[in-house]
Amino acid sequence: MSAANGMLLQVRGLHAAYGATRVLHGIDFGMASGSVTALLGANGAGKTTTLRALCGMVKTVGEVSFEGRRIETRATEDVVRQGIAHVPDGRGTFAHLTTEENLRLGAYTRKDKARVHEDIERMYGYFPRLRERRRQQAGTLSGGEQQMLAVSRALMLRPKLLLLDEPSFGLAPLVVQELFAILRAINRAEQVTMLVVEQNAALALEVADHAYVLETGRVVLSGTAQEIKSDDAVRRSYLGY
Amino acid sequence: MSQAVLHQIFAGLATGGIYASLALALVMIYQATHLVNFAQGEMAMFCTYIAWSLLQTGMGYWPAFLLTVGFGFVLGVVIERVVIRPVERSSVLSVVVVFIGLLAILNSVAGWIYTYTIKPFPSPFPEALANPLMSPHELGSILVTLVVLVLLYAFFRFTPLGLAMRAAAQNPESSRLVGIRVGWMLALGWGLASAIGAVAGMMIAPVVYLDPNMMGGILLYAFAAALLGGIDNPGGAVLGGFIMGVLENLLGAFVIGNDLKLALALVLIVGVLVVRPSGLFGSVQVSRV
Amino acid sequence: MNRKLLAVLILLLVACVLPFVISNYRVFQLTLVLVYAIALLGLNMLTGYNGQISLGHGAFYAIGAYCAAILMDKWGVPYWATLPVAGAVCLVVGFLFGLPALRLEGLYLALATFALGVSMPQLLKYHAIEEWTGGVQGIVILKPDPPAFLAGLGLNQDRWLYFFSLGVALLMFVLGRNLLHGRIGRAVIAIRDNPTAAQAMGVNNALYKSLTFGVSAMYTGIAGALGAIAVQFVAPDSFGIFLSLVFLIGIVVGGLASISGAIYGAFFIQFVPNIADAVSKAAPWAIFGLFLIAFVYLLPAGIAGGVQMARARFMRASSQSEAGGAKQPVTAKEGVS
Repeated sequence: MSAANGMLLQVRGLHAAYGATRVLHGIDFGMASGSVTALLGANGAGKTTTLRALCGMVKTVGEVSFEGRRIETRATEDVVRQGIAHVPDGRGTFAHLTTEENLRLGAYTRKDKARVHEDIERMYGYFPRLRERRRQQAGTLSGGEQQMLAVSRALMLRPKLLLLDEPSFGLAPLVVQELFAILRAINRAEQVTMLVVEQNAALALEVADHAYVLETGRVVLSGTAQEIKSDDAVRRSYLGY
Repeated sequence: MSQAVLHQIFAGLATGGIYASLALALVMIYQATHLVNFAQGEMAMFCTYIAWSLLQTGMGYWPAFLLTVGFGFVLGVVIERVVIRPVERSSVLSVVVVFIGLLAILNSVAGWIYTYTIKPFPSPFPEALANPLMSPHELGSILVTLVVLVLLYAFFRFTPLGLAMRAAAQNPESSRLVGIRVGWMLALGWGLASAIGAVAGMMIAPVVYLDPNMMGGILLYAFAAALLGGIDNPGGAVLGGFIMGVLENLLGAFVIGNDLKLALALVLIVGVLVVRPSGLFGSVQVSRV
Repeated sequence: MNRKLLAVLILLLVACVLPFVISNYRVFQLTLVLVYAIALLGLNMLTGYNGQISLGHGAFYAIGAYCAAILMDKWGVPYWATLPVAGAVCLVVGFLFGLPALRLEGLYLALATFALGVSMPQLLKYHAIEEWTGGVQGIVILKPDPPAFLAGLGLNQDRWLYFFSLGVALLMFVLGRNLLHGRIGRAVIAIRDNPTAAQAMGVNNALYKSLTFGVSAMYTGIAGALGAIAVQFVAPDSFGIFLSLVFLIGIVVGGLASISGAIYGAFFIQFVPNIADAVSKAAPWAIFGLFLIAFVYLLPAGIAGGVQMARARFMRASSQSEAGGAKQPVTAKEGVS
């Protein structure tokens, strides 16, 4: 099911632009199945754009292969059907729909309708506060709860690849710890490959296996999380800590 | 309350149901696209003519009714995909102009095929429905309207497709991220709105007679109803429709006479837009200072 | 510039000679073209230059027409004096309608003006004012005779009315051109394109928008009065929503934000129905609808825009073939004159 070289996702020479403004200038990276990869860099480095490019939300040139198939020309709705779920920055919750309706929508493309209910219960298991608010309008949930809802909704797809854009943004530290612990657990238990975009590099490097650092639309550094964490010079100049 | 007033109220509820249906169709399209479908009336009129043709072939009323609703649905989908989609993102003026063009084409094609002589249109409701408060047709209209509204509500509230359509209307980008084909949801919305319009047309035609220009004033009342209820609130639109129907009849019978019914709609439209643009239940910011 | 002035003068010359060589009916049709051109210029000021969509300008046309008819029929006012009155009345009514319209953006203004257009015939038939408006039957007025001091010029009633309309049209167009090409015009356009910026630069948006509504209504009202005199008749059902829509078609086809567009548009709306009627009674509107949609997709700047593009291409071609001659300056002008 993976590509010939065993990579779940392989990106080569990816350029992306918003109208006339070019944001990504040819990035390469790959992700092995079951791994957690962190995408780091300062504001405006192109991290969010990379995730959007993977989902066909932005104009791109280059090669994106998922499970050995080229997907860069596909529309967002089709990319999702390949098994890629994206938790966007800003969470993208359906504010006027209930919590449970949000979850059900996450499973919209699934054919195994019978197990959707099972999965909703599983999400409530990970995030009990969502069960309490299941019939509440999603827009009335707190920031942390909406983030949990957004992640749950993405997980409802039973994705092979989960893209997370700034999951820690605006959350209290305890909530963030909780969230990342759950993500790590899901990754291990269900083999969900994850690509996490984070400005909070320290946090991301704790959960990741690999990391890439972007700067003005280019990959300037790559390696295992351990390597990058332990290299003081790199940490100071690229990651600011 | 006197018998006359009661009768006016109930008759008003009957026409109100029709305004409510059309207003709902308008709101459905507005919610999904932020566009006001100026051609909604002509689409309904055209479908009613199709029904008339079907009836001319000797077909029974209810089979013709169902076929027409189906035709209306397809018409809506086709119009959205072919005519509206290319200009969805253009300037407001371009979109309005395209709507007006659609209005003109539908009106003239109907006039060309069916001529401008008015035709009677049958009411399917038997005398058995007669009662002291309303005519059989009035009662029947209200029942049909209620059935349509209940079906729609159930569809949107309880089915996955309905949920997907609601999602697509509220948040297209997030909808794509869960795999919803937003473009087709829009087309479906148009299809449903057009089908509702067809029902409304078939309910009103027996009263005002079939004629290419029959929907102008009715559409105006539907606009007023939608604005009154809140242009982005389906429940509000329905309530607004019933209010407009009753208001029209009460004021028409006891205050201003039949002469100024359209002026009433005008005053209401301008009034709502100026005084309380979001209507009774809407939340949208309609005006810009 | 001089080339343009020359072209205009030649056209004027043709326009003056024409009524003597064609039939009276054609003269009447050309008179209506002039009338519509004035009305379209009015609508264009509001919708094309200022970006306020009106689907109800037929109402102002109707008001102007009825002003003229009532003045002439009830009080024997001479025809030429009815025009300023019609204009003044419509200026005020338009300005007043423009005040609540300030709070309405695009689609909602279209909706409100649509309501105005649809309800106008019913308002005109209202029995309480029937003794003035003539109710459903309307009012019949007499065609004016050419003035005595112009006897011997071979002017019959139709020709005189044509020249009178030509004079009025010239006046209105020159006035309009000065307004739109000067400081006022720039302010009006700025409000359309970027209201926040315009306000920030000191333009009083509210005042300008209401005034534009008023002036635009004034133009259309004067056209209505002139039209009533030409047609010799006003009746409520001639002023329904379709009149407003015909005006919209006229400016879209002729060219938004364009003065010459008003003339192209007027020719279009006067002659296309005549040609199309031969096919079927319904055909004019089918054609209108198709043209509307086609123009939005293919030629959004209307005929005037098409002419501008053709001229630009011609100029580029001819200046390229000149060996080292002075280049024509390419001006990106807002609107064609």
